[in-house]
Amino acid sequence: MKLPTFWGGIHPPQNKDLTVSEGIERYLPRGELVFPMAQNIGAPCSPVVAKGERVLVGSRLGNNDAFVSAPILSSVSGTVKDIAMRLTTPGIYENCVIVENDGLYEMAPEWKPLENYETADPKEYLKRIREAGIVGFGGATFPTAVKLSPPPDKKIKWLIVNGVECEPFLNCDNRLMLEGTEKVIKGLLLVMRLFPEARGIIAIENNKPEAIKIMEEAAARLAAENVTVQPLAVKYPQGAEKMLIEALTGQEYPVTALPADVGCIILNVRTVYQIFSAIVDGEPAVSRVVTVTGDAIAHPKNIRVPLGASVRELVELCGGFKEQPVKILSGGPMMGVSMRSIDVPVVKGTSGILALTAKSAMLKPITPCLHCGRCVSACPVGLVPTVLEPLVLARQYKRFEEEGGMNCIECGSCTYACPANRPLTQGCRDGKSSVMAMRRKAATK
Amino acid sequence: MERLLVVSSSPHIHSPLDTQKIMGWVLAALAPAGLAGIYFFGLRAAAVMAVCVISCVAFEYIWDKCAKKAVAIDDLSAAVTGLLLAYNLPPTIPFWMAVLGSLFAIIVVKQLFGGLGCNIVNPALAGRAMMLTSWPVPMTTWSIDGVSGATPLALIKAGTLENLPSLQNIFIGRVGGCIGETSALALLIGFAILLYKDIIKWQTPVIYVAVVAILCTLFGRPVGPLYEVLTGGLFLGAIFMATDYTTSPITLRGQMIFAAGCGLLTALIRTWGGYPEGVSYSILIMNLTVPLIDRATKPRIFGEVKKHV
Repeated sequence: MKLPTFWGGIHPPQNKDLTVSEGIERYLPRGELVFPMAQNIGAPCSPVVAKGERVLVGSRLGNNDAFVSAPILSSVSGTVKDIAMRLTTPGIYENCVIVENDGLYEMAPEWKPLENYETADPKEYLKRIREAGIVGFGGATFPTAVKLSPPPDKKIKWLIVNGVECEPFLNCDNRLMLEGTEKVIKGLLLVMRLFPEARGIIAIENNKPEAIKIMEEAAARLAAENVTVQPLAVKYPQGAEKMLIEALTGQEYPVTALPADVGCIILNVRTVYQIFSAIVDGEPAVSRVVTVTGDAIAHPKNIRVPLGASVRELVELCGGFKEQPVKILSGGPMMGVSMRSIDVPVVKGTSGILALTAKSAMLKPITPCLHCGRCVSACPVGLVPTVLEPLVLARQYKRFEEEGGMNCIECGSCTYACPANRPLTQGCRDGKSSVMAMRRKAATK
Repeated sequence: MERLLVVSSSPHIHSPLDTQKIMGWVLAALAPAGLAGIYFFGLRAAAVMAVCVISCVAFEYIWDKCAKKAVAIDDLSAAVTGLLLAYNLPPTIPFWMAVLGSLFAIIVVKQLFGGLGCNIVNPALAGRAMMLTSWPVPMTTWSIDGVSGATPLALIKAGTLENLPSLQNIFIGRVGGCIGETSALALLIGFAILLYKDIIKWQTPVIYVAVVAILCTLFGRPVGPLYEVLTGGLFLGAIFMATDYTTSPITLRGQMIFAAGCGLLTALIRTWGGYPEGVSYSILIMNLTVPLIDRATKPRIFGEVKKHV
């Protein structure tokens, strides 16, 4: 049977076998933990604690009352050591709250299960989801409570749990589906109470047969009637929002629209899992699973790690580097961010730490475009990347927009496919941000 | 302890296929036709190939040096141009003409238009066209097994059908013609290699050949579609020249239109033109329509028009 998928895309080497059978290991750090105040799309938080203050697991360290925001909570108990600028994933210094861990992991008293959660007003869930600091853990870090509050005129018909994990190397979602199966499904059932008319779909790429099987069994066991587990063809970027909706519902929507406009809400498996934990177990979202992998890592692992822990400690936990890495990424190889140092904290969006050797990073010179069309066949949104890149280099932003450049989802497929190694995705990213900057400038005039 | 890390914008991995590998596979796919050429036309054919390849690579090297560019002969694109040019020449061509053809292909057609990826027509075909106009007699003097004679399509044009070689001979390549164009069998092996390595898509060659077969029959040509497509360098053109990345459209839809256009022009030239075959000129003319086809066949952007919300 042909599995549903989308138009275009690429087939990069999976490299998932490095960590696919590594069970999630728990890591409890000591010493200081660093909590950057900007960990979600939308309004960044400001510190709400003072130096010297005692905090517990789940205590608020930072907050912003803006609608599109989520609080930053402590993942350990201890003392606020400092509020200072520290190096973070993108290589910049950001305002961080630094907590000295007392190693006791004492839970803040306000965190307890939501009483009568099964019959509670689902609006209570939204409050709880926000307080727990839950954001899209797939990497986009959009505040989940906001995503689950679409305008009333948008009728939500599909609640999609994204277990596709199409990024090569990563297994954090796969392992979570295998080890936290029921919580994922129960989390989805809770969210479905917010949208009683919606169907639940758990979408998993077909390269995770174990996860598909265990999810199907659990859905049957839990008698989750309106929930289906949908295997999808293995192709990158199957997990991108637009491609997932195209594969599952056959619908498309333009760059100006959101999934809710076509009746869809997509949540990452970790996000759904955290929703369940926050409501039923009374646990805030203060840890996440990180796949530490790559051909430069001695013993690749999947680690459940408290947010704020140092990436260096995770690398050391995996036996350090067996070969000299030339690139260390936060996230997967297609959309991850390359870091200049591993002395940065794990944040909500850290799905993986990937250390690549020179061999796998394939740093090659850029050569002239052959007009071969591989970028066109690869682009899942129907762009001609090789036309867009020179327009950005020539700063012809108006034509960049006319040629559809703003539709780019920055999936990286064109650059991956390009035999001339041209930085096509990078060009579009540059073009998009330049256009956005000009629009902002025009709006303030 | 740790060295400096490379910081760059995503993605961070690349397909192993690069320009050099693509050109390498094209050379490999061209090899069977070259061997067939040597087998049927003797070592003179090998010498012509060597002259063309060496002079194309040398002209590319000289240009890069003079233009103070990084020497890019290791991308093998000049070697491909040289070999394709040789395949489009009679085995008896004087070497100095082959050298001048190479000069025209690399310097005038490729480099003066901006080099790799920027030329608007196929360098090998344009080189061949220049030579055909400049030296029409040596460019159309054919011999096979030491006997000189006309190509099958020239015989058809002249109306002397009784001297036509057998279908079997034109399939394996035992017939007068250019070095690399006569053996359909060898060219089909090359086609299989290109398809297997995902260098080209099947649509362009298949549509091109099919359109020639259909139109030549409709236009009432005397020898039947199979004979038409096996002669006149159609396979060489359809498999190796009409699929040239730089001078063909970028979308599959555009490539299909391009192929159909090549087929139409070839059939028209063969039937009513003054020249017996027509593959080279068809492709050269269609090369010029590529920007237009590209513009007309831009892919539909995700979410636009269809099921628009």
